[in-house]
Amino acid sequence: MSGAEAGTQPVTVLETPIHLDYVFTPGIAQSIFLRGLARGVFLGQRCPTCGKVYIPSRGSCPVDGVATDEVVELPDTGIVTTYCVVNVPFAGQAVEIPYTCAQVLLDGANISFMGLIQEVPADQVRMGMRVEAVWVPPDELGPSLASVKYFRPTGEPDALYESYEEYL
Amino acid sequence: MSDGDVLVANHVLDYPYARSVGPVLGAFFTALSEGRIVGVEGSDGAVIVPPTEYDPLTGEDVGELRDVGPGGVVTAWSWQVAPGRKHHLDHPFAWALVRLDGATTAMLHVVDAGDPGAMATGMRVTARFRPPAERRGHVLDLEAFVPEPDGGGR
Ligand SMILES: [Zn+2]
Repeated sequence: MSGAEAGTQPVTVLETPIHLDYVFTPGIAQSIFLRGLARGVFLGQRCPTCGKVYIPSRGSCPVDGVATDEVVELPDTGIVTTYCVVNVPFAGQAVEIPYTCAQVLLDGANISFMGLIQEVPADQVRMGMRVEAVWVPPDELGPSLASVKYFRPTGEPDALYESYEEYL
Repeated sequence: MSDGDVLVANHVLDYPYARSVGPVLGAFFTALSEGRIVGVEGSDGAVIVPPTEYDPLTGEDVGELRDVGPGGVVTAWSWQVAPGRKHHLDHPFAWALVRLDGATTAMLHVVDAGDPGAMATGMRVTARFRPPAERRGHVLDLEAFVPEPDGGGR
């Protein structure tokens, strides 16, 4: 191998950072959801055909293929349908490990979305656990899921498995 | 709903990422940091630049490293009229396939030619490396190819 006499260090690792700047538009339906977050409320949409409530709504029912025009305000409470405990550190991690990411099904919703579970040790989070949203202070609210600091247990009895099994 | 009801936001996606280059590509990047370009010899005697980690014909380990260049021939090119934010040159340049002297394959890089009129398929170019203190074992240690004086361009 030629060139080793030049005295430079052999290259073993190449830094190849990935950086993407882009403009995101969430569309009409998710804009309603995001504006709701900026007011500290969960806004979903109901399908006029099957009556299911989607949050965040994509603007149409994936089953019936019709527009979901009716806006529905949902409560801060719901249940953990399923979850995972994060034990692995990674770059940019914002929360101390171990922590729990859960699918939260709000009361009255027919689809779950992901939320952070706090104020409970990770090993005590369970399927069916009743939780409520904790919002950031009013002056920090914005059109982003960052407006929801996390969900925490309400202390109510767990939901029965049969009540959420179709959402797993 | 009017379009004015739709939110718009600027998003940034950033991943820090480092890859282990292994012995073959490591030799290529090490050579660049020394102001040299190397390829590898394949089983059919072809000199492949940049080096592949395995022989493209047999899948076996590649053979010896071979020094190539710094001069070569442009085999194809296109003109970048306005450099993008992430391009390393701040003025228009050519993307080009350059077959270095001693190489069988051509490598993609840029030609800092100043003007598209200075570009031609078949023209001779030579490597311009960054100053040694600015090299970091990266393909842009070879900053650009430049036309060889009297190099057969139009
Ligand atoms: Zn429906």
